[in-house]
Formats: sequence, structure tokens, C-alpha cells
Amino acid sequence: MTIAHDRLPARETRADRDTPLEYSLEEGALRIFGFWLFLATDLVLFACLFATYVILRDNTAGGPTEMQLFDVPTFTAETLILLTSSFTGGLGTYAMHQGSKRGLIAWMIVTVLLGLSFIGLEVREFAAYATHGAPLQRSAFLSAFFTLVGTHGCHVSLGILWMLSILYQLARRGVTAITARKVFIVGLYWHFLDIVWVFIFSVVYLNGVMG
Amino acid sequence: MPTLLPHFPATFIVTGNPLIYGAEVSIVLATVGILFVLTYFKKWRWLWREWLTTVDHKKIAVMYLIAALLMFFRGGVDAMLMRTQLMQPNMHFLQAEHYNQIFTTHGTIMILFMAMPFIFAMFNIAVPLQIGARDVAFPYLNAVSFWLYFFAALLFNLSFVIGGSPDAGWVSYPPLAGLEFDPGPGENFYLLSLQITGIGSMATGINFMVTILKMRAPGMTLMRMPLFSWSVLASSILIIFAFPVLTVALALLLVDRLAGAHFFTMLQGGNPMMYVNLFWIWGHPEVYIVILPAFGIFSEVVSTFSGKRIFGYSSMVASLMTISVISYLLWVHHFYTMGAGPGVNSFFAVATMSVGIPTGVKVFNWLFTMYRGRIRLTVPMLWAIAFIPIFAIGGATGVMLAAAPADYQYHNSFFLIAHFHQVLIGGTVFGMLAGMYYWWPKMFGYMLNERIGRWAFWLFNGGFYVTFLPQYLLGLMGMTRRMYTYPADMGWNALNFISTIGAYVMGVGFIVLVLDVVYSIRYGERDVTGDPWNGRTLEWSLPSPAPHYNFARIPTVTSRDAWWTGKQARAKGDAPAPPEPLQPIHMPKNSGGPFILAVIFFIGGFGLVFNWYVLGLLALLGILVNLLLRSLDYDTDYYVPIEEIEHTEATLRRA
Repeated sequence: MTIAHDRLPARETRADRDTPLEYSLEEGALRIFGFWLFLATDLVLFACLFATYVILRDNTAGGPTEMQLFDVPTFTAETLILLTSSFTGGLGTYAMHQGSKRGLIAWMIVTVLLGLSFIGLEVREFAAYATHGAPLQRSAFLSAFFTLVGTHGCHVSLGILWMLSILYQLARRGVTAITARKVFIVGLYWHFLDIVWVFIFSVVYLNGVMG
Repeated sequence: MPTLLPHFPATFIVTGNPLIYGAEVSIVLATVGILFVLTYFKKWRWLWREWLTTVDHKKIAVMYLIAALLMFFRGGVDAMLMRTQLMQPNMHFLQAEHYNQIFTTHGTIMILFMAMPFIFAMFNIAVPLQIGARDVAFPYLNAVSFWLYFFAALLFNLSFVIGGSPDAGWVSYPPLAGLEFDPGPGENFYLLSLQITGIGSMATGINFMVTILKMRAPGMTLMRMPLFSWSVLASSILIIFAFPVLTVALALLLVDRLAGAHFFTMLQGGNPMMYVNLFWIWGHPEVYIVILPAFGIFSEVVSTFSGKRIFGYSSMVASLMTISVISYLLWVHHFYTMGAGPGVNSFFAVATMSVGIPTGVKVFNWLFTMYRGRIRLTVPMLWAIAFIPIFAIGGATGVMLAAAPADYQYHNSFFLIAHFHQVLIGGTVFGMLAGMYYWWPKMFGYMLNERIGRWAFWLFNGGFYVTFLPQYLLGLMGMTRRMYTYPADMGWNALNFISTIGAYVMGVGFIVLVLDVVYSIRYGERDVTGDPWNGRTLEWSLPSPAPHYNFARIPTVTSRDAWWTGKQARAKGDAPAPPEPLQPIHMPKNSGGPFILAVIFFIGGFGLVFNWYVLGLLALLGILVNLLLRSLDYDTDYYVPIEEIEHTEATLRRA
């Protein structure tokens, strides 16, 4: 919980009708800004994992290479599903701004389902590699691959649990300044993961299969 | 292969060394003693309600300070042991493995478990009060940061008696720190405790950046903000962009060690230099993370005790921000010997030397602030003045080290050791001690004794030169760091002996410092004015210690040094504006959540150290449940009613 100044100018000028609900409490504005900074730290984290991957991608130690492993239909499906889920997440936030609690909940459920199917595909992909002579321990390339893509997958899994918790809170409390802020922040998180995936798609998979 | 069931390594409890037996006995005795005192005086409830569940930045500052001083003691004892081992040639005071552990824990503790909490103590006590805020932006998260740090420090120190300390140097380079060459749990302690405290530090960086950018009192534009708060902003930016890199470096090494991956191994295509790069991409900004707040403190102290506004305020701000940008472009100067080639090394050499420019600007600004000022030689001012010559020498040797071709000679010699102790002790430690003496009355309501403080200062400062100047010469004579012992015919004997004597004098200085604290708890002069130093910034407008809501009325700021200009106006006879009516104050409720969360992190970390994955998984589950419960808790804040504020203010303003 944040400490609001008794009279903060920003609060008075923003308190007009155009302020989105999630920004209507000073506390909400602070938390959203704080979350942007958290995303900056997460971005640096992924940047380091990408750098490590790029350094180690050719160090296959005689094991399987990117070209031999990556399966175009699988990663295309993963990409389409995750991009779509980001879109449906956006539709949820839009419904919230329209004041439609039902629309918001419905789109969030769709987003969660898409997220789950993405995770399902990814787990299947990982299991296939690990059982066909390409586990994490095989080479530096595979260590880097599983860690980078797996870190993203862990983020997505956490996002799904997070959205389930918010769905529960929405059902119980409806759309308030506090729940709206939570929806908005999990939305930022979800879109961020989508952007990271775009880089995984192009740097890891596309580059990998094109050699 | 690690199994799911806990298996105890043969050396679960470390045995076979009298020093460690002593530590084990004293840990048990101290624990029993603390439990006894708490129970005998019925203080458990008080401990829980006032401290373990607090979200008040002022109390968190006190806890950080105590923890930092304790870790200063532990790291200092390590230093004493090392210097004793090196006092004479062919010494076997310590066993070689024990010596490796001691230099590893000394470095790690001093940087991550002493310097970091010390700067966070200063962040917490000063920033909200200086900018006219009632707390930080996220008080609950602030408590999470502290407790993560606290339990990480506990985990790290536990390695001394359970499992064995890490012993691959505070930088913990693979492949030496990899499973192949360092199979024991010590390195896991290092990796997991740093990971846990790193999460807390990142949260602190975010917290203070939001606080400073969004919660300043009305009228306090950025360019009216006190310089300490500016330095905290610069440091927070560095934390936000540097600490994730450490997270990755440690995580990848941990995956190597626990899951058998090959990021940094010698076989299967691993690349150990990747770790070294990642480590220093964090490590170099880290030294600026701990030095910039010290610069901020010197700015406050020099200005206050010279009775003048700071000279060159804008250039001070500009140099802080310039340093924070340049600090990202220096990391390769820690390992020119990697052999990245003349182009790369030249770039990093030039960038390194260029840091001297903004730093020089700051030093000259402090000198010009003192010039023709009415200087009061208080203890904080002594630390600030003593910092300048030490930092000048440390800076000059830094430029010497920055010259890439010459560095091939100095690399990892005692010359380097002397250099970075000179800037880290002379800069950060002197700065934090200045800040501690300066803000102590604001934290506790009484002053530290100046006379004893002066003794501590002269012993520590004098001992400092005696310890480290000989080490420059030893470095030039070829003595390398982390050397266990040396033969008698190297010509190093006298210098090593002198250096050890200096270290002992510093140790005595630290003991006198602690005596000062103990003496002043009892006899220290009470601060009834709230403004014992005739200060300039808003924290001195409040009673000491400040009430839990800080400001009954949020001040409106019209200039730099807001409290000083207000005092000047009142001295001229300007009537102060009539106070506005009080309003109920919005405050966060205390919560046990952060403490419990950190305990779970500790349990999980301890489990992973010994490859007990079940414990790790249970802890992960516990963390998720803890976060969920926090998210479902809507009863987190309350309003302080007007009558209570009036009552509190009436009892505080006794004068």
C-alpha cells in the first residue's frame, strides 16, 4: 500500500473524467510506474540470456544443431498462439475500459486458455528434445537454448497463475480502481512476454532453421 | 546423481579447525543468549510488532544499519585473519583452504552484505524525509527487500559452520567455481545467497526511483532536490540496469552446478569468459552503486558544516548522471588480460580514464564549497575531509591501472588490492560513517559522542594509510593477491608486517566506533531541537526521531536547501504562513508477510545448496502462496485520525 500525499497536484489534475480507472488512485499510478521499471530489469535479464545464447549457439560439441532440432510447424504454432493471446489480453483491457466486466472476464479466460496451450506445446517440444539425445546437459548450445526459452516459459506460466488470481478477484469484487490496476499490470507483463517471444522466434528459431 | 531425498554430505557440520569450533560454540551461545533475553524480558511480542512486521522506512533503516555493522565486524575479522596470516613469511596461522575461504567471504561480505545494506540504511533514513514524503513508494516491498537481504546474509554466514564456506574468490570465476573443481556446497551457498539478496536490491532500486521521481513535496522540482537524493536516484538507476546481469550470471553458474549444464565448463562447448563478462557488467556499475550515495552524503555534510550552499549544484548533478552512464562502459578493464585485442582494450582504457573527469568536478566542488566557509570540524566533517586525499590517491592509481598495457603488470597484484580498498574504504566506508554520524540523531534522537568519535576516526584513518600504502609497493614488487604465504627472501617482509599493524589499528578504530555507539546509547546528548547540526534540508525540520507519519503537513518547497531558506526568512522576521488544517494521514499497515516470505526463500535456498530439490519445490510453492495471499489482502492501509496527529505533535515538540 502506498502513502498518498494529502494534496498531490497530479492527483487533482488527473481526477477528471478522462483518467483511466487504473490510474485514478495515486497508488495505482505509482504501482504502474514501478512495474514499468520492473519490466526494464526483466528486459536486461532477457538481454543477457540472448547474449549468452548467441555466444554459445554454435558450440554444439558434436551434438544436435539448431537446424536438426527445430520443427517449423511447432514453433510457428507457438508463435501464433502467443501473439493471439496478447491480442485477446488487449481486448480484455479494452472491455474493462468500456465498463464491461463480463467482456473482461471472458477475454481473460480466452487469454489464459491460449497461454496454457502455448505452454503445453512448449513442454511437448522440450520433452521431445530431451528424450531424443538433446537434453540440457548435452552441449553449451542446448544449455543456452533451454535456459533462454525455458525462462520465457516460466514467465508465461507465472502469468497464467497471476491471471487466474486476478480472475478470482474480479469475480468477487468486480471492476474497481484496484482490480483495474491489477488487470492493467498483468496486461503489461503479458505484452512484454509477447515481445520477448518475437525475439526468441526470430533470433533463436528463424535464424536456427535458416542456418 | 543427486537424489530427491536429503543426503547429508560427510562434512555437513564443518569440523577439524579450532577457529571454526570456536565459531560454532559462540553461535550456539549467542543464539541461546538472545532467546533467553527475549523470553526473560518478555520481548517477543515487542520484537514482532515493532520490528519484524514493520513497514516504516525509518525502522527499516535502523535494521539495515545494525545488520551492516554486524557484517562489517564479520568481514573485518576475516581481514584481520588474512593480515595475520600474511604478517610474516612462511606463516601457517591458517590452513591454505581456510585462507581461501576467508578471502572469499571477506570480499563477498564487504561488498554485498556490508556496503549494500549500509547504503540502503542511508537511503531509507534520509530520502523520504529529504523530499517531504511520508514513506517510500512501496513500503511493503521495502520490508521484503530488507528481509531478503537479512536471510541471504544468514544463509551466507551459515556456510562457515554448515557445509563449508565458498572458496573461489568473491568473483567466483568458473571453471574454478564449477562443479568439477569445487564440488562442495560452499559455492552453492555463495550463488544462492547472492541471488536472494540481489532480488531485494533490485526491488530497492525500483522503490527509490519511483519514490524520488513521483513523491516529492509540492514545489520540489528535480533541480531543487538535495544532492543526496540525486545520488540515490543515480544509484537506483544503476541498480535497475546492473543487478539483472548478476542474476543471470549467478543463475547460469547455478544451473551448471545443479543440473549439469555447460555454460561455463571446459567441455561440451562451455565458455568461462562469458561468466567473467557478465559478472563485471554488473560488478563495475556495482562499485558506482556503492560510491555515488557516499558522494551524496559528502555533498550534504560538506555543505552543512561549511555553512554554505553547495558549490556548483548543477555540475554536481550532471557529474552524477555522467558517471552513472559511463560506469556501464568500463567492465572489460577488470580483465584486460583476457586478450580482447588492442581496439577493445583501448576503448575501455579511455572510457575508464574519462570517469576521472566528472569525479574530479565533484572533488573540486567540495573544495570550493569549503573555501571561505565557516567550517565546523564535527566527526561527519572529519570523515568527509579525510575522504578527499585518500580518494585522490586511489583515483590516481586507478588511472594507472586503467592504462591497458601497464595493467598487464599490475593485474591481480597487491597494487590492485591497495587501489580498490583505497576507493572503496576511503569512498564508501568513510561516506557511510559520515552519514551514520550525521543522521544518527535523526534515527535515534540522540547524538553520538564526538570525543570518542574523533578517536575512532583518527585510529581508522591513520591505520588505513599504514595498511594500504605498503600494499602498493608490495604489488609493484610482484606480490599477487590471494597468495597464501610467501618465502622469506622476497624482500616483502617489512612491508607486510607494517601493513598488518595498520590493519590492527583499523580494527581498534572499529572497536572504538562501537564503543562510541554503546556509550552514547546511555550518555549521548539528547537532540530536542530536531536540528542539531543547523542543517539545510527538510529532514532537519522534523523532530528527532521523526513521528511514524514523518510530516503532519506536507511542506511546500520554494527553493534549494528548503529548511535553510525557511530559517533565514524567519530570522529576518518573515512571519511563517499560518499552518493549514490537519487532515487524516493515509498509512500502510504492518505485515508479517515480508518476513515470512524471506524465511521461505531462506529454506528453499538452503535446500538447493545441498541439492534437496523437494525442499526447493516446497519453498517455491510457499512463495507463490505468500504472493497470492498478499494479492488477496485488501485490508492493507488505514488513516491516522486528526486527534492522534495533534496528540503526537504536541508530545513531540517539547521545546
